[in-house]
Amino acid sequence: MARAVTTQHKVIATGAAWIVALLIFFPILYTIITSFKSEQEAIQGFALIPSGTFESYTEVQAQSGYFKFFFNSVLLSVGSTILALIVAVPAAWSMAFSPGKRTKDILMWMLSTKMMPAVAVLFPIYLIFRDTGLLDSRIGLMVMLMLINLPIVIWMLYTYFREIPGEILEAARMDGATLWGEIAYVLTPMAVPGIASTMLLNIILAWNEAFWTIRLTTTEAAPLTAFISSFSSPQGLFWAKLSAASTLAIAPILIMGWFSQKQLVRGLTFGAVK
Amino acid sequence: MKLRTLTLGLLSASAFAFAAHAESITIATVNNGDMVRMQKLTDDFTKANPDITLNWVTLEENVLRERVTTDIATKGGQYDVMTIGTYEVPIWAKQSWLLPLDKLGDDYDAKDIIPAIAGGLSVDGKLYAAPFYGESSFVMYRKDLMEKAGLTMPDAPTWDFIKQAADKMTDRANGVNGVCLRGKAGWGENMAFLTAMSNSFGARWFDENWKPQFDQPEWKNTLQFYVDLMKADGPEGASSNGFNENLALFQQGKCGMWIDATVAASFVSDPKASTVADKVGYALAPDNGLGKRGNWLWAWSLAIPAGTQKADAAQKFVSWATSKHYAELVAAKEGWANVPPGTRSSLYANAEYQKAAPFAKMTLDSINAADPTHPTVKPVPYVGVQFVAIPEFQGLGTTVGQLFSAALAGQSSVDDALKQAQDAATATMTEGGYIK
Repeated sequence: MARAVTTQHKVIATGAAWIVALLIFFPILYTIITSFKSEQEAIQGFALIPSGTFESYTEVQAQSGYFKFFFNSVLLSVGSTILALIVAVPAAWSMAFSPGKRTKDILMWMLSTKMMPAVAVLFPIYLIFRDTGLLDSRIGLMVMLMLINLPIVIWMLYTYFREIPGEILEAARMDGATLWGEIAYVLTPMAVPGIASTMLLNIILAWNEAFWTIRLTTTEAAPLTAFISSFSSPQGLFWAKLSAASTLAIAPILIMGWFSQKQLVRGLTFGAVK
Repeated sequence: MKLRTLTLGLLSASAFAFAAHAESITIATVNNGDMVRMQKLTDDFTKANPDITLNWVTLEENVLRERVTTDIATKGGQYDVMTIGTYEVPIWAKQSWLLPLDKLGDDYDAKDIIPAIAGGLSVDGKLYAAPFYGESSFVMYRKDLMEKAGLTMPDAPTWDFIKQAADKMTDRANGVNGVCLRGKAGWGENMAFLTAMSNSFGARWFDENWKPQFDQPEWKNTLQFYVDLMKADGPEGASSNGFNENLALFQQGKCGMWIDATVAASFVSDPKASTVADKVGYALAPDNGLGKRGNWLWAWSLAIPAGTQKADAAQKFVSWATSKHYAELVAAKEGWANVPPGTRSSLYANAEYQKAAPFAKMTLDSINAADPTHPTVKPVPYVGVQFVAIPEFQGLGTTVGQLFSAALAGQSSVDDALKQAQDAATATMTEGGYIK
């Protein structure tokens, strides 16, 4: 017999959900509020009502062109995601449907690369980029971001693919489907929610990546993370300007996340309950 | 029609040829008022040098330091001009990572650079970085509160006077703290202040054999005085306060005195940002009668990495940005008060500058009172007033800064903090091969 859910329970659960959501969202909300304060107001202490000045936005735009950085962010996050999928879909397919004795070990090894602190390989990577002429190039950074997120992409796709019965692929093979046909016309359409949520998550991760995107770029390939970094000042008040720059930098990805939240949640919980 | 096409073609080709000929230099810099102003004024440079285009990379101070260090150590060649501080110049010059600035032009007048600043940027008599703006530290105080306390600030106060004045000016009921000092941990934050302060107490980081000196009474006197002073008369949460936090407190009228960078004078005396702009007085950093004052010396400077392929264009730019002509350009466009301070003697001889910047004389006197080559009462094997110019100092300075910040916050005692500092410094210096 199903347990009855009382109105009181519903109200408590909804209230708790709102409180948790607000706590999670609060840092972003406060950044947005601070961006509408003057520098003096911003450093004075906690206050939820700003004076409503647009001064910081005007200064931020005048000081450095936003759109060049924005364009690079879009290019790098989308480009690295496409590159990651090109590598990850066949990799996840082979591990999900033709696992070998060492498949689990390979998966664990791939994940273990995420446990290494990035700064530990800063110099080798910097030297490779220098010698291959990839410093401050969009292609170089796209490949870098792809490699950073590849373990997560492969793991997510592997999990989704494992939910798809192998018999369907066998049936396709019996009907004469080639390997490419099997992946393109049978597997991919069935895994669309999973692939879509993997893509979205990867775009968000690449958009927010701030270690390599700041350290491997100067002027040509610098994305919005470098744009934000430029507004911190050693001598002089900068909280309001920094908040305005951060708001401008996170706005596109926040809007994208808002519109695609259903897809994202569906993909992330896909196969969670069997 | 054909003629028009031909003309257009020729024009495009010549534009392309010009673009191909133009040399582009990349300048790495920090975000502060003077640097941002320079970026806005670069038309003046590019007009005089149409064959050079400028690309700017502005970064947060610590990120900039890490990025330029990576680039210069690997000869990455990403930057043609770097903004670096007085700490990096002697270390990097000795590593041959920087080009000597010997082509700054006949009218550059390098002798006009304030000797103390030039000394900090030179190795073996050669200038390796040109100062863009320089600073020392001094006392900024509220003249009205000092008068109310029945005291008169001398031009060269002692630490005892500062303590006496701070006690009298503290008015907790009205939110006034007698003194605001740096407490935030970091080699360039609280340790800049405390190292400079310790010089005036006769302390030093290392003896002539690189043995750490935190177990000596001079350091105990320094840290105990600082912690006691801040506990009695400092703001709440002082262990989190750096330059910017104290600036905001002073501008809001919550500090009787603030001992910090001389560049702060232009912020606290700006009526648009400061509520106490017309009530600020200036004095030299305090001393203890031992012959050294507690003031530091720093210059954000422009240097050229040895790995650049565009050394000539880079030198032209450095010469322009640190010239007398640039000072005049800023004065013409934005007034004398906005000219980058602390680099050239001629600026301080200029009557218009003196009128626009009432803190000018005290700034120059403070800079002249610092000696980076003989920073301490007792002899030391290093150069640097508020830092020790060795590569290990960034890490060690921040570790010691965290220990001293914890002592200020009351999380550990002064004795514990000093003992741990001594242990950390001994380990670092042994590992670095300084102590055999």
